[in-house]
Parts: sequence; C-alpha cells; structure tokens
Amino acid sequence: MATTDTSFERALDELGVSVTRAESDTVREQIEETAIAPAIGVPLAETFGDTAFSLAETSVEVDPTPATLRDATTGVTGAQLGIADYGTLVLSLTERASELVSLFVERHVAVVRAADVVGEMDAAIEELDAEFSETRGSAILATGPSATADMGALVKGAHGPKEVHVVLVEEGE
Amino acid sequence: MSKADELREVMRTEGAAIAENTQAFNEGRYESVADLEDYEELKSEARAIKEDAIERLPELLDELTETVEENGGTVYLADDAEDANAYIRDVVDDREAERVVKSKSMTSEEIEVNDALKADDVDVVETDLGEWVLQVADEAPSHIVAPAIHKSREAIAELFNEVFDPEEPLETAQELTHFAREKLGEQIVDAEVGITGANFLAADTGTMALVTSEGNARKTVAATDTQITVAGVEKIVPSVGDLDPFIELIGRSGTGQDITSYVSLLTPPVDTPVVDFEDDETPLSEFDSDREFHLVLIDNGRMAMREDDQLRETLYCIRCSACSNSCANFQSVGGHAFGGETYSGGIATGWEAGIEGLDVAEEFNDLCTGCTRCVNACPVEIDIPWINTVVRDRINREGERPADWLVDGLVPDEEDEGAPLQKRFFGNFETVAKLGSTTAPLSNWLADTSASRWAMSWALDIDPRRDLPTFERETLVEWAGKRDSTVSDPERRAVLYLDLYTNHVQVDRGKAAVRALEALGVDVVVPEAPSSGRAPLSQGMVATAQDHAERVVDSLSPHVEDGRDIVVVEPSDHALFQREYEKLLDSAAFTDLAENSYEVLEYVYGLLDNGADGSALTTAEGDEIAYHSHCQQRTLGLEAHTVAVLEECGYNVVTSDVECCGMAGSFGYKGDYYEVSMDVGDRLRGQLQAEGVRDRPVVASGTSCLEQIDSLLERQPRHPVELLVD
Repeated sequence: MATTDTSFERALDELGVSVTRAESDTVREQIEETAIAPAIGVPLAETFGDTAFSLAETSVEVDPTPATLRDATTGVTGAQLGIADYGTLVLSLTERASELVSLFVERHVAVVRAADVVGEMDAAIEELDAEFSETRGSAILATGPSATADMGALVKGAHGPKEVHVVLVEEGE
Repeated sequence: MSKADELREVMRTEGAAIAENTQAFNEGRYESVADLEDYEELKSEARAIKEDAIERLPELLDELTETVEENGGTVYLADDAEDANAYIRDVVDDREAERVVKSKSMTSEEIEVNDALKADDVDVVETDLGEWVLQVADEAPSHIVAPAIHKSREAIAELFNEVFDPEEPLETAQELTHFAREKLGEQIVDAEVGITGANFLAADTGTMALVTSEGNARKTVAATDTQITVAGVEKIVPSVGDLDPFIELIGRSGTGQDITSYVSLLTPPVDTPVVDFEDDETPLSEFDSDREFHLVLIDNGRMAMREDDQLRETLYCIRCSACSNSCANFQSVGGHAFGGETYSGGIATGWEAGIEGLDVAEEFNDLCTGCTRCVNACPVEIDIPWINTVVRDRINREGERPADWLVDGLVPDEEDEGAPLQKRFFGNFETVAKLGSTTAPLSNWLADTSASRWAMSWALDIDPRRDLPTFERETLVEWAGKRDSTVSDPERRAVLYLDLYTNHVQVDRGKAAVRALEALGVDVVVPEAPSSGRAPLSQGMVATAQDHAERVVDSLSPHVEDGRDIVVVEPSDHALFQREYEKLLDSAAFTDLAENSYEVLEYVYGLLDNGADGSALTTAEGDEIAYHSHCQQRTLGLEAHTVAVLEECGYNVVTSDVECCGMAGSFGYKGDYYEVSMDVGDRLRGQLQAEGVRDRPVVASGTSCLEQIDSLLERQPRHPVELLVD
C-alpha cells in the first residue's frame, strides 16, 4: 500500500498539512516533537484499541479540564481513517471529548495508522456506512485546517485549528 | 425605483465585489472538476440518488423519523415557517435558553427563525463569519454559500471598526477573522442551544451531513446541550453510503474547493460530553453527554413541488451555488437583485415559485436569459433554464393581457393568454422580421426615426441605446432560389436551416455558409422554414414555442427522409434542436431532428475530418483572430469544432472564456436590462481588448453575440464561416 500513503502524503502536503512518519515504537517521540506546548490529548487507545499507542510519558496532558482546553496550543487525537485522494482525516466523536480536543485548539496533531489509509472517498464512506448502521456513530471528515474566505481573503484558522499535523504510523509486519 | 434604477444601484454598490468573488468561484470550479476522472458519472450518480429519494420521500420520511427517535431524538414535521418557528420557540423556551448559536442554514433563513426567537428576547448569534458580518450589518445574504460576498474586506473592516470600536482598528482579513473568532468563541461556549441546518439526512441511520469550512458548525453542536436541526424535507437520502457523490461534488461545484475543511457526519445526540466551560477542575471525560436533539423538517411548499412535474427537479438542488457563479448576469448583479425572499441565482426561481409563490419569482426571473451555462455546472443535472422558462410561462398566464389593441395584427400570437406586450413582441420576432424585409428599406428608415424609437421605447421598452436590426430587401431564401448549385457530384446533401437574422438581416453569413458547404462538395438547399421558437421560448411562451417546434419538424423531416443533413447557422437554434425540443416534441420527432442536425462549423469540421478537401476553403497564413463562442454552443461542447476548423484553415485563434456576451437574444434590447447586459459585455470587451488580442479581427458564432460585440468594439465582428470563403 506504499502508493496509497504516498498519495495521502502528497494530498496533505497540498493542503499545507505537515506529516512525519513513525514506527510503532517512535510514535511517542514524534508526538513529543510535533506537539507544541501546552498540549492536551485523548488516549490513542480509544481510537486504535491498542495499548501500544499511548500518550503516557509524554508532555501531552491526557484528559484535560475546560481550563487546560482553553489554554492549550496543541490537541492530539487519533484518526480512524485517512483518505488518500483528498488528504482527509476521519475523526470520531468520543466520550473523552476528542471533538473538543481536535477543534478548540490552534494546532491539531492527528495520529493515523498507514494501514488505515484508504485510497478513495467512496471506500471511506462505504466503511462508515457499514459502521454507522451498527453503531449509529458519528465522524468528522476533516481536510486541512479550518478556513474562511468570508473576510475578503482566505484565512486559515477560522473557528477551528489553523494548523494540522499528521503522524503517520507504519507498523512492523 | 424602476427596475433599471434598482439594477444600476446594486451594480454600483455591490457589483465589483460580487464579480470578483463569483468569477473566482467559477474558475475554481472548472479547475477542481477537471481533476475528477469520473466527474460526469458522479453527477449522474448524484442525480439518480436524488430522483429516487424524492420519488420515495414519504417512505424515507417515515424511516428517518423512526431512526432519529430510536437514537433518542425528536422529529417535528412543520407545514410552514410559522409552524416550525412555534416548535423551535417551545424547545428554546423549555430549555430556558438565553442564547442560541447558529451555524449557517438557508432553511433557517427561509423560516426567519432569528426574528421569531428575538421576539422572545432570545439572543440569536450567527457563527458563520459571513452570516455574522451580515447580522452585524443588518443585511440579507447575497449568495447561498458565501452570504457576504457583496462586501469587500474594506467594507467589513469599516463596519467592525464602527460597531465594535476596537483598540487598534482592524484592517487585514487575518485581523478581522481573528477578531470574529474570539468574539464568537466566547458566545458559543456560553450558549445553551445550537441550531444547525443539514446538507443531507440519511434515513437508515438518522445521520446528518454538514458541509462547512470554518468549524463553527462543529462548535455549535459540541458546545451546547440542545441541538435543533432545521432542514427541508428534500434533504433526505436513503443512507450514509449515498453521500459519496455529494461529498465529492458539492465543494468543487460551489466554491471550487475539492472538499471543504469539514464534513460532519453526525448521528445526534452525539457522544461528546457537555462541558461546563466555566468549570476549571473537572476533567472533560467526567462530564456526561446528556444531550437533546430536535430535527425540524420543513415542508413549506415542498411536498406540493414534488407533485409538480416541472418544479420537482428543484428539490434535487443541493445548494452548491454553481448556477449562481456560472451565471453571467449573477456575476454582475448578485443575489440581492437576482434572488427572492431567501434563495438566489438560477435555481432560486424554482425555490421561490414553490415556497413563496409566482409573484416573488417574477421579481427576478427575467434575469435568467436561458444561456444554459449553469446546465453543465449543476452537480445534480437540473435543467435550471427550463425551470425558469416554465415559471415565466406561468407568470405570463397569470397576469392580465395588456394592450391587446397594439399587438393584435402586428404580431399574431399562439398564446391565448396574457404574455406581456414586450414579451410577445420579442417572442413573435418572426412576423416582425418578415414585415421588415418586405418593406425594407422603408422599415429600416422608419425604425430609425425618433418618433418610432420613442414608440418602441414607450410601448415595448426597447432601450434607445441599442441599434435596431437593418433588414435586407432580398432574403437569403430568395437569393438561394435564384442560383444553381455549384456541386454536380455531391459528397453529401444538406438542408440549411435559417434563423430569422440570417435570412433577413445577416444575409451575408448565410451566403458564406452555402458557399463553404458547396466548396466541400455538399449539395445545399435553402428552403423557407418556420422560425425555431427560440424567441417565444425565451419569453416564457411555451405553447407558441411548441407550435414552432412542430412546424419546424414538419418542414425539415421530408428533407431528412430525403437523406439530407440539417445544417444550422444560429447556435441558439441548434441548441434548441438538441436540448429544449425534447420538452416540446414527441420523442421520435425530437430524436430524428436532433440526431440529424449540426451547427454549421461542427458540420464543416465533420466534413474535413472525413476527408473533404480543405484546400477548397480560403486559407490564411497564421493570421491572428479572436473567437467568441456562443454560450449555448459551449454548453453542447461545440466550441472546439469551430476553433479546430479555423486552425485547420491556418488561423491563429485565441478564444474568450466569459460565460456569456450579455446580449442573450432580446435581453440586452430591453430598457430594464440594457445596463446589466453592457456590464456583462464589459468582461468580454476586456478580453477582446487585452494585450495581444486587441488588434485581432473578431469572429463570433451567435447572432446576439455579434450584435453585442458590434456595440462593444470599434471592430466589426463576423461569423467564422465568412472567413472560410473570403
């Protein structure tokens, strides 16, 4: 699937979204490097169902309060899918307030597994269709930073983050 | 204020910002859809989903109600605005809400829920930055996607500085955005109720799709505990799986973005905890997600539109704004002129006719000239010009029939009922033209006297600044009847279908067409034929147009049976044969005519492509020319054929890329619209006067375009076929 995540990276690049690649054991390091303090986050295991993904021992505050949410520069969350042809991240809305952590900050750092990157939009929608039929869940298709042209020119960072960074995780075979 | 004054005023105050923004969106659309390999398939898929969903709407409504209730939400089906507002006021009142924050929703504009809530002393805050600007300015949206498109950055800065008096005056877009974000951010976290619209609603799971870029819709939902979603019943699709083509098309079609920053797929009530933003101690995860969700579905005329064979297509509209941005007139006047109570642009005629009534549609419906540039742009393949034509027809029939005494006898008329005098004059141009040629040059001299100009201006509102056509004494049919064909052993045989202008006014281009075809070995006959019906159709006189269509078939089908191809000089007539006749004729007659007819340069292209000897045509040695294609010709994809033929003949061709020249048949002749027509034309003038173009002779395919270019430039334009036999 090298071509899929290469085109994902290319699409992200066009959106002005920076990407760093990580192995399972360097995820924490990469997050530490790209999360500008003060940083908050939601436990990554919530997205990946895998305790290998953890924010423990990083400077990212897991389970922030409204006050730390307000003061945070960076919010770290997982993304359940990536969509290569648009550079889109599929973000879930969890009871741990992932929606607030990814939205009420200036910089969103999203962790995506390379294996979860699908090629095309219709594949992602099919997957969500199947999932929602079961769970009646919700998701945000987030593509690049929040933006507006309503004030006479394109400005990044309208109500949501003005920067997005993706940590793309390749797990060993 | 007269119509002309109103339009002049809106162009003066808002025209520059509207033009800049809509043209940028439109160019963005062309670029963005060009990246989609399966663009046409996606449009057809989107269309099919909407057709099916509207067909099955009652069943899907029941399914959606069931799933939303299963999910823990409430569904209210409101008959009209008042009904919807009463329900929303109750919800807000039950929640004891002091503040309601809203994300952008045209449907909420339609029901004017803000006014209803303000009457209860509720603070309603628009959180979409464009909507907020308008709320601060107390103005109405001028565009369905970018509501404050008519305001420049400078105007917004002036407004904010005056209203909010910030310590440092705001100036850049960055500063204005940041200021609004901070101000609105505080109000959002402080609100109890969030109102959103919905772009789509999936019946099988109760999931709604919200297409946004700023993130305000996400915040509106996340930061409040009571979500009210207001949506027209037409927004329902069967399932989340049906959303793919819409997600891929909506941003590209509207503002030219491949996809907007956020497409929220929410199945409310969502799991996000309801946070007390004042509480500094409790971790976010410890707040519960005790949320209420109310889906307010609005009928407000839609179920009746569903039963209406002509207006039904309007319900397929996904409010992307492609029809606004691709519309030459909209680019000049924007939605404050080209719009009704809520909706604007080409499709607004359908919405306003269905929701508000014909009287509202009538106020702006004439601004659709039927140029068809929105037809290929629409992601759900709605025939927007046809909806405009039908509504115009209904408006004509509703009104009283004025001034019969003046028209009867001058323009015999198939319309039994009430098209206004001016519409009937332009709609029956055939009779005028015949009379003109019979009496030329007397008719030309008479038309130019100040007394008759005054009469035309008074009775027909023909703008005195327009030149009137000069009729030729000898029509093309008469000329052709007097000569023998130069082709003895024809490769093909054709019948030249003449429009009124080619037969009576621009006779030279008709002669050039005959000579060019003969040079390529085609035997040509030029019979007298009824006019196509384009003129009455553009005035909304559908019955008259249908009568023309039937007579055209009667006169041309014997030639087709005889093995002749139909060659059409005027692109708007050719477009009629290819498109609108489908609505006016039985399908066999339509197919027979459509499949056997060709625009004249398309036909020449076909002849050359099939081995005809191009050296028989006049050739050039890299002579530089500028070509303006006709709007309807471009919609049919036939611009390229003319360019290819001219290049084959040795010309160096540059082409214009404005959507329309602005004349659009009779539109530019009308006193009400002359200045809009010239403003639209100004963009074409700009391109034809650009560096490297300004010295090139101009050729154009359409009669109206030729008239318009003639009045825009010193250079007299010609039809491209004339270059082939110089």
